[in-house]
Amino acid sequence: MITGRFFAAGADRRIAITILILLAAAIIVPLLNLAVSPASAFYIPSYIVALTGKYLCYALLALALDLVWGYCGILSLGHGAFFALGGYAMGMYLMRQIGSRGVYGNPLLPDFMVFLNYKELPWFWYGFDHFWFAAIMVLAVPGLLAFVFGWFAFRSRVTGVYLSIITQAMTYALLLAFFRNDMGFGGNNGLTDFKDILGFNVQADATRSALFAASAITLALGVFVTWAIVGSKYGKLLMAVRDAESRTRFLGWRAENVKLFAFTVSAIIAGIAGALYVPQVGIINPGEFEPSNSIEVVVWAAVGGRGTIVGPIIGALLVNAGKSWFTGALPEFWLFALGGLFVAVTLFLPKGIIGMWDSWRGNARAMRAASLAEEAGTDPDVPPPPKVVRSAATRPGDWSASGPEPQPAE
Amino acid sequence: MSKSNTILYLDGVSVSFDGFRAINNLSLVLDKGEMRAIIGPNGAGKTTMMDIVTGKTRPDEGEVFFDGQVDLTKHDEAEIAMMGIGRKFQKPTVFESHTIEENLMLALKGPRSIFPALFHRRSAAEARRIDDILGIIRLGDKRGELAGNLSHGQKQWLEIGMLLAQDPKLLLVDEPVAGMTDAETEETARLLKDIARDHSVVVVEHDMHFVRELGVKVTCLHEGSVLSEGSLDFVSADERVVEVYLGR
Ligand SMILES: Nc1ncnc2c1ncn2[C@@H]1O[C@H](COP(=O)(O)OP(=O)(O)OP(=O)(O)O)[C@@H](O)[C@H]1O
Ligand SMILES: [Mg+2]
Repeated sequence: MITGRFFAAGADRRIAITILILLAAAIIVPLLNLAVSPASAFYIPSYIVALTGKYLCYALLALALDLVWGYCGILSLGHGAFFALGGYAMGMYLMRQIGSRGVYGNPLLPDFMVFLNYKELPWFWYGFDHFWFAAIMVLAVPGLLAFVFGWFAFRSRVTGVYLSIITQAMTYALLLAFFRNDMGFGGNNGLTDFKDILGFNVQADATRSALFAASAITLALGVFVTWAIVGSKYGKLLMAVRDAESRTRFLGWRAENVKLFAFTVSAIIAGIAGALYVPQVGIINPGEFEPSNSIEVVVWAAVGGRGTIVGPIIGALLVNAGKSWFTGALPEFWLFALGGLFVAVTLFLPKGIIGMWDSWRGNARAMRAASLAEEAGTDPDVPPPPKVVRSAATRPGDWSASGPEPQPAE
Repeated sequence: MSKSNTILYLDGVSVSFDGFRAINNLSLVLDKGEMRAIIGPNGAGKTTMMDIVTGKTRPDEGEVFFDGQVDLTKHDEAEIAMMGIGRKFQKPTVFESHTIEENLMLALKGPRSIFPALFHRRSAAEARRIDDILGIIRLGDKRGELAGNLSHGQKQWLEIGMLLAQDPKLLLVDEPVAGMTDAETEETARLLKDIARDHSVVVVEHDMHFVRELGVKVTCLHEGSVLSEGSLDFVSADERVVEVYLGR
């Protein structure tokens, strides 16, 4: 049944195509970087590989946010925190891999600890010399934080703006904490100067390509998991909680648990995105907890189209490509452009790029069907009449009698 | 008063909002299998009474018992719903971005935890039950349509269908015929009488024609307590009731 839906038409087909593109990119981009000579027109330079790899991590973060915002109406302004925590867990592993190659040559303590006169490794750094342990922490730390946070917030029925504010407060509190030198996470310098990941040099082209491929494959997996979740009965419930929370309660559902599950899954996905991001950018510092980072994620999702799976990915890719261009050409204007973009999208594209595309496609299809029907002189056998069919209706009263709101195309 | 053989038992219930007594020493008893109509002017406390029974509002004082022994003041909305109390809101509330069928699916009696929902596959029995309910609420030909596209009256019916899917023992139905045509109102009366054959039902309604159609015992609420109780003829002849309705 799942595979049947997977190849079905419409939104599901779009998701299948996205997954295929991502998987293809995971193979083709590394090939064009590693196996093609730099002189060739098809060569993809290493910095582009690293840059797009980073964008894919952002896209995964936007997708994670959309699971709770688009599908459950929880506007989290703190998803950057989960991303950063996943990043720190990976960063700690990468720090431990440096070994005695640091500036101070201490085999046990990372440079910043030597510098700050640490005598021994803090207990919470234990285990991070193993990749498997770090990988578990990448999932567990954001997941646990989201679970505890959500447990209290959703149980006390904090919703709407108040919830958004406390998520923002959460990431701000973490920002302040991670800035402190005595926290043991490198203070405001964060963790950097990484050498190896799983024994491979993080700077090497092959490693960068592999990280790109890992990001693309993980994003594809994220798309599949999100799609499976929102298509299940639980997913319907998630949207039901978004649209009429009290109705679900009086039907016997525990709305707080419905939200808690999505919030925790979403935080784990965000953590994975952060973990993939850190080795590609080579640094993680408290700036990742900056409240404005979390707000930017919301803008990505809104631009692409919240409540869709492909939308946030497109939004993250486009906005970040724009950001890269802007910060090169007109750095001081980027924040204004971002703010303006958000206002423009909210006003003119409430459903984002995907929503606009769909209604454009819906109109085009209806127009084609209407003109076909005119030729054949029969009623078109097309799904719900969007606006154009209305104006094309020749018999007045036809549509006024059965005139519900025009439906979205999918 | 004995609680045995009652499905709903309220005694001396009061609740205030910021000092305003919305429910004032209210006592109301519903026998098992009974259908009761509740009338009363705007602001009489009818909806608040349902809020108290379904766990949305905690009473400041008084007893609220379900099925003779369950103290409803100790439970929350979801628990009370699972015990078998279904509720239709005054403003019809359905899941507008889901189809009619999906609305019923989410209401259908069954486990209410996350993981079964995540891996749920519709069984043949469930499909049959949904077909049955679609037949009862006459929305069979619209099963695949979004609930948001239904007319006001159809939403009321869908919500009643969702209550049926829940399979409760007691149904609380708040203003079911608001926004319906006369024909639809009559249909709804027939539907509720049908449901009342094997359920206990409380119906709140302003439409006296509809209440007469139901032909059941009537309770008139005013300022949070019972003003009069009896047959519709008795209640509407009661001077205090006349005064309350005309004196507005
Ligand atoms: N949560 C609340 N906070 C404050 N006041 C409330 C609350 N709920 C109800 N009230 C007040 O309690 C009174 C009773 O309201 P209720 O909705 O129960 O009346 P009703 O009998 O259902 O009226 P209607 O026929 O208009 O639906 C009203 O004056 C209302 O304003
Ligand atoms: Mg009311």
